[in-house]
Amino acid sequence: MTTLLGSVDPLFAHGATGVVILIVLIKVLVGFGVLMGAVTLMIWFERKAISDMQSRIGPQRWGPFGIFQTVADGIKLILKEDLIPAEADRFVFKLAPYLVVVPALITFAIVPVGGTLHIAGHPVMLQMANPPMGILLMLVMSGISVYGVMLAGWSSGSKYPLLSSVRASAQMISYEAALGLTIVTIVLATGSLSTHNIVDAQSGGIWHWNLIRLGVIPFVVFLISITAELNRPPFDVVEAESELVGGFHTEYSSIRFGLFYLAEFMNTITMSAIIVTLFLGGPAGWIPNVAHLRWVFPIVWFLLKTVAFAFSYVWFRAALPRFRYDQLMDLGWKRLIPLSLGWMLIVAGFLVSPRWGLGMIWVTFIAWLTLTRAFRLGHSRERGVEAVLPVVGERPLPGDVLRQMTDEEDANG
Amino acid sequence: MTAIAYALPSIVIFVTAALLILVGAVGVITVKNPVHSALSLIMTLFGVAVAFVAQSADFLAAVQIIVYAGAIVVLFLFVIMFLGVDRRDADRVEPLVGQRAFAAGGVVITVAGLITLMARSHWVTGAMSVSTKGAALAGGSGNVKQLGTAIFTTYLFAFEVTAALLIIAVVGAVMLARREQADDTEASKEVEA
Repeated sequence: MTTLLGSVDPLFAHGATGVVILIVLIKVLVGFGVLMGAVTLMIWFERKAISDMQSRIGPQRWGPFGIFQTVADGIKLILKEDLIPAEADRFVFKLAPYLVVVPALITFAIVPVGGTLHIAGHPVMLQMANPPMGILLMLVMSGISVYGVMLAGWSSGSKYPLLSSVRASAQMISYEAALGLTIVTIVLATGSLSTHNIVDAQSGGIWHWNLIRLGVIPFVVFLISITAELNRPPFDVVEAESELVGGFHTEYSSIRFGLFYLAEFMNTITMSAIIVTLFLGGPAGWIPNVAHLRWVFPIVWFLLKTVAFAFSYVWFRAALPRFRYDQLMDLGWKRLIPLSLGWMLIVAGFLVSPRWGLGMIWVTFIAWLTLTRAFRLGHSRERGVEAVLPVVGERPLPGDVLRQMTDEEDANG
Repeated sequence: MTAIAYALPSIVIFVTAALLILVGAVGVITVKNPVHSALSLIMTLFGVAVAFVAQSADFLAAVQIIVYAGAIVVLFLFVIMFLGVDRRDADRVEPLVGQRAFAAGGVVITVAGLITLMARSHWVTGAMSVSTKGAALAGGSGNVKQLGTAIFTTYLFAFEVTAALLIIAVVGAVMLARREQADDTEASKEVEA
């Protein structure tokens, strides 16, 4: 057990002594506290930035620039009445919010926040855990959080949440495929699953960042898929107010609703951090030669990069109109999955030798031609609405006759 | 067989995993509501993943959750939700006459097979690992590499054949789904004509 842990985290190299356990506890508590604080700030930041972009003022009453607005909202939510609909499946209804919050919390544990410190003679990695399964833990947790969304909608015993949860889970498992394929590309280039090693492999300057080293395509695919995975705008068909009332958490109130809200913003932060870890070298960056403070700069770099991505999510929300559900599925299955698969083949080829890489480019090109042809053929078979929805019953009059009649009415009226 | 002394943490982890697996498995067949039994199935799969982690088969644990819990049971739930869970009276009627006898036979064969395996060989993954010809696996992150090497060298044929089988299944499913739709459009064309 000791050797097993020691091979993963140097902290456990000499066994789990009292000091080591204390360090781990402090890491977990600090991590939890920082994440919670960051969520509070993120909610305030999103509201403030969105209102700036929409020429509104936004929260301004409590604290400087309304920075304590989230705290006030949280207290309000906790004090509200907790309603459970009569038609609800009570056990699942209560379980679902935790299935969303817990994965959101755990995913943050694998993010390396800074370099390695030395506390009381022990090397301490600034990340809560460095499990051998590494980045796969993120996929595992997003797999679990699908259940939270799905069961929340189903257990509400109401039709809009059910529709929303079916949409959400289909969307989330579809985009997980593209997500997984881009992660495979990164793991291939790094040769390790562990997030610590992924960050280490990118530490040699900006040209070693996966963003540039792997070509920009995996980054773009990952950014789009993760936005869809988070159900954030422009992919928030899950909570499309105009179609589905409030989405899967329509029936939730009080702190249970608060948990969904919390999880959403926690996921936004965590996924920004994951993008930074996978593509932008995590804490990598320029370190000035200041005595005793060299360990601070990686953390600052990490925070700056993460905030940049958190802001880009807010920007997406303000700037982009919502996708239609079929457009969303088309983008996921017909564009992103083939693209990430082809790019993975090319990267794998170039890792073997340039000749294999060029061969893989040819293979991908031929596959792309075939796919384009197949999509065009499939598209030409669909003829309007009838191809998707079969006609129920018979129409009284053909469409063009009806149109002619209304045109005549308009002309007469 | 030699008796091995286990440390307390290993025992705690094993008991937790075993409880998760057993309670979940019993739940799947005893709970009335189909959604609840799907949830119990997830609990079982989770327990199996914990057992995998305890034997330092981290990759298997991750794949267990990503593939089984993250995709397959989601599809089960999809089907349950689309068909509606209120139709519970369907299980009062037995669709296959005499299936209980077959089920009992299946249980006897499975249990007998398991007991034979347990009695005759090291059936725990650590003792007879496929990638190292019986030697113990590397701990930590090394064993993902070992697993990959084993799959893509020694067992390459089996791996590729599995991939081909899955592709055939997917293409077959798409063909079945598309043909039905084509019939629909033709039927609607006839109605229009």
